[in-house]
Amino acid sequence: MKQQSFSERLHIDIPLMFGLVTLCVFGLVILYSASGQQAGVIYNQSARMLFAFGLMFLVAQVSPSRLAGVSIWIFLFGVALLVMVLVIGYVGKGAQRWLDLGVIRFQPSELMKLSVPMVLSWYLAEKTLPPSISQIFLSIMIILVPVGLIVKQPDLGTAILVCIAGFSVLFIAGMNWRYITGIIILGAALIPVSWMFMYEYQRQRVMTFINPEQDPLGAGYHIIQSMIAIGSGGLYGKGWLNGTQSHLEFLPERSTDFIFAVLCEEFGFTGVMVLLGLYLFIIYRGLYISMNSQTTFGKILGASIVLTFFVYIFVNIGMVSGQLPVVGIPLPLVSFGGTSMVTLMIGFGVLMGIHTHRRFLSD
Amino acid sequence: MSPIFKFKDSDLEARLITRRTVTAGILATVFVLFVSYRIFHLQVVMHDHYSTLSQSNRVKIVPIAPTRGLILSSDGVLLADNRPSFSLEIIPEKVREMDQLIDKLGKIIEINDTGVSQFKTRLKQNRRFESIPLVYNLSDEQLARIAVDLHKYEGTDIVARLNRYYPLGPMTSHTTGYVGMIDEDELASLNKSNYIATSHIGKIGAEKAYEDLLHGTVGNQQVEVNVQGRVVRVLDRTPPIPGKNIYLTLNASLQNLAIQALEDKRGAVVALDPNDGSVLAMASSPGYDPNEFVNGIDAKTYRKYLNSVNTPLLNRALQGKYPPGSTIKPVLGLAALRHGVRIPEDETWCPGWYILKGTSLKKGDWKKGGHGHTNLRKAIAESCDVYFYALANEMGIDLIYDSMSEFGFGKRTMVDIGGESAGLMPSREWKRKTLNEAWYPGETLNIGIGQGAILATPIQLAVATAAIANRGNVLKPRFFAEARDPLSGETVGMGEREVLHRIINTEEDWEHIISGMYDVIHASNGTARRVGMGAAYEFAGKSGTAQVFSLAEDEEYDADKLVKELHDHALFVAFAPINDPKIVVSIIVENGGGGSSNAAPIARLLFDDYFEQTGIPQEVSLNDETTIIF
Repeated sequence: MKQQSFSERLHIDIPLMFGLVTLCVFGLVILYSASGQQAGVIYNQSARMLFAFGLMFLVAQVSPSRLAGVSIWIFLFGVALLVMVLVIGYVGKGAQRWLDLGVIRFQPSELMKLSVPMVLSWYLAEKTLPPSISQIFLSIMIILVPVGLIVKQPDLGTAILVCIAGFSVLFIAGMNWRYITGIIILGAALIPVSWMFMYEYQRQRVMTFINPEQDPLGAGYHIIQSMIAIGSGGLYGKGWLNGTQSHLEFLPERSTDFIFAVLCEEFGFTGVMVLLGLYLFIIYRGLYISMNSQTTFGKILGASIVLTFFVYIFVNIGMVSGQLPVVGIPLPLVSFGGTSMVTLMIGFGVLMGIHTHRRFLSD
Repeated sequence: MSPIFKFKDSDLEARLITRRTVTAGILATVFVLFVSYRIFHLQVVMHDHYSTLSQSNRVKIVPIAPTRGLILSSDGVLLADNRPSFSLEIIPEKVREMDQLIDKLGKIIEINDTGVSQFKTRLKQNRRFESIPLVYNLSDEQLARIAVDLHKYEGTDIVARLNRYYPLGPMTSHTTGYVGMIDEDELASLNKSNYIATSHIGKIGAEKAYEDLLHGTVGNQQVEVNVQGRVVRVLDRTPPIPGKNIYLTLNASLQNLAIQALEDKRGAVVALDPNDGSVLAMASSPGYDPNEFVNGIDAKTYRKYLNSVNTPLLNRALQGKYPPGSTIKPVLGLAALRHGVRIPEDETWCPGWYILKGTSLKKGDWKKGGHGHTNLRKAIAESCDVYFYALANEMGIDLIYDSMSEFGFGKRTMVDIGGESAGLMPSREWKRKTLNEAWYPGETLNIGIGQGAILATPIQLAVATAAIANRGNVLKPRFFAEARDPLSGETVGMGEREVLHRIINTEEDWEHIISGMYDVIHASNGTARRVGMGAAYEFAGKSGTAQVFSLAEDEEYDADKLVKELHDHALFVAFAPINDPKIVVSIIVENGGGGSSNAAPIARLLFDDYFEQTGIPQEVSLNDETTIIF
């Protein structure tokens, strides 16, 4: 056995850790400005970060093989919770996403973001790759059951992310390009159908995305103000704490979903490059880790976690810059809020676990 | 890859997964480049566009209304003031259910219906984001009660404004006039940019006449606003230039006295300085409270004013048209002398009546027994009607018209605050035009004693009397003394007096007429001899008693039998001191009866007060009438 380093014994990947911590610190700097310089918000967010890093550390201690073993049970548990949420929501006559556990409120749909790729990776890793048509079909079923329950909540944004997490597993597992094309076409064909099942506010979001100027003071307001914030930032920005769009409250949801616009306004294109650079660094490191995994399960799960992380970034920035509909997806590790951060950090914990539980052949 | 023989080939699978992972990495890179390009486009290519939008988002230009100039009397008494007052205001665009909100607010403080209806009118006119006052002049108690709960009602605010206030109220209402809310007609003719922040404008009187000076110049501030439109900070400020303070020629003490003298009466008093036309006092009774008009008068009060038989809104001094009666006799006398119709020594026999030659028209004198042999001086002193019947008959209406017009009868005096009536000086042409009738010589007789169609305003009588006092100058009366810049103290004075017309008579003519007017006061046969008693100065005057009601030829005027509205008007014009006139008054007391007993005492009051203030001009005391005619 090769001598394990201190970090490996702790099951921490130093480069990934470096990227995440830097990103979190940068995020806090932006959040301080976006929140209107409220120290309370920063304390709150820092506490959540520490909690999330703690969870990441714990998850990293679990070896991938053990994770694969329990993935089906976690999945079934998650589906059961989703059903429970729906029942409670039905009784309570209102939209319901949360499960109040007394001490913490817990969003079961969030769990599915990790559980779905995990169970799919476990399922496909056992089979011969690339997956056959029937395996693909079963995989899609595994994806659509929780997604259907989440849409019912209704929480379109999370449903889409769970879908993407699931399909990213299929993609990494080597699903034939013809099937990929087929699913994309099918998905496109399903858009008119899904429109019929959408709630009014969800339709409104899509309509607003298509033409934000049609209702500049109503639903389109967010996107227009956000684009003004981005555009007025210029190359170097207006300076930290000097963003007028955000500080004068023209920018909606500025410390949560639209925090990217605050970055754009205050730090300009330069700041955007720094942030995207950090993200790319984390993505590359994540993909490197997953490629070097010794198990198929680890390779597939690791890559799909990174892919999901990337989709978060892409959808959020696309939404804030007016290229995708407003679906309520936070900017990873920068937006204020705990739930998505915890999920992401657990994902990175899995990634670190995959990397640090490799068995080295002795010379 | 055969579906039948499917082996798990770890190497193959590992290579497949690696390929896909690398593809994912490439995809991520491509997407990040795409996003970067998009952001680059917004931030660098479109930067100017969004920068402008961002600026216009946050920077608003807010106009600041200038402070309106004050109006003061010549002796420094404040006539129009700006008082801070708090009003409850509502920004319409922030209120969903306006009626509900007003109801709720109405439970906290009293809101009257007129206030609500005014508010609703403005609600329709104003822009949605402009604050509209609902209740003006909140009392301390109201302020306390509403301020506690204000945060519960979105869109409401308490705003401190400067409110126009007239401390003397009805006493000076006809001079100062009042300001009121700008209406649509005014808005159309205004310099909109200068009035953008202004809510009130002079409606009448000096407030209207000197609007330009009083208003000032609008200022503005560039402010940064947040999304609710609330001002976050001021970026730049151009202060407004306050309006100029205006000093009127009014003497507050005289004004007060004139108002008191007319208390419970209908009538008017005008006091002028005969040397430059300055109006020292102008009273019209009854008056009204101009403060009621400032923020919109409620319909009930307004109706009360409009329907009152006493017409308090009418400025009798400028708009009241009265038969001048005998007060015009000195003017006619001057005209007769000038045109050679009479010489001072000409005498007329007055038996108590006059018969127009060739007709059966018989006109009586006010004195039944007649005045006997009467020359011009005596005719003025005793106000002999027969003398003036004969004089008028000989002059003829055309000459009378021309002469009277010279003194300003039938013409506006051009008083600077405006809003005056021209009165009426009848002529042949006028009668043909209005009645399509020829002029009858009998009518000329009536004009000779200031009756018939002739109508004059109190200010016209004052101007005409001043022209006698200053011996020939028909002056433009004015209220404006000076405008003073409140910041620099720089003043703009009234400038030279304006002589509208110069009447040419010989010095002897003037002396003769003035001595007739002297006799009115100081001679034993003067009609107003009682008011001259005990005066520390000498003055000249002429009383008048104008019939409101035409009596048949053989009827007698008996006040007891007539309702008050048909009683004669009492008139009096006078100036003092006689040799160096400083003040002219014209007084009318509607339905007051005889001028010498009912109007003349007011003149004496005013003179006494004025000379108490200024002192009697040093002069050779004249006790003997002969010294007047040098």
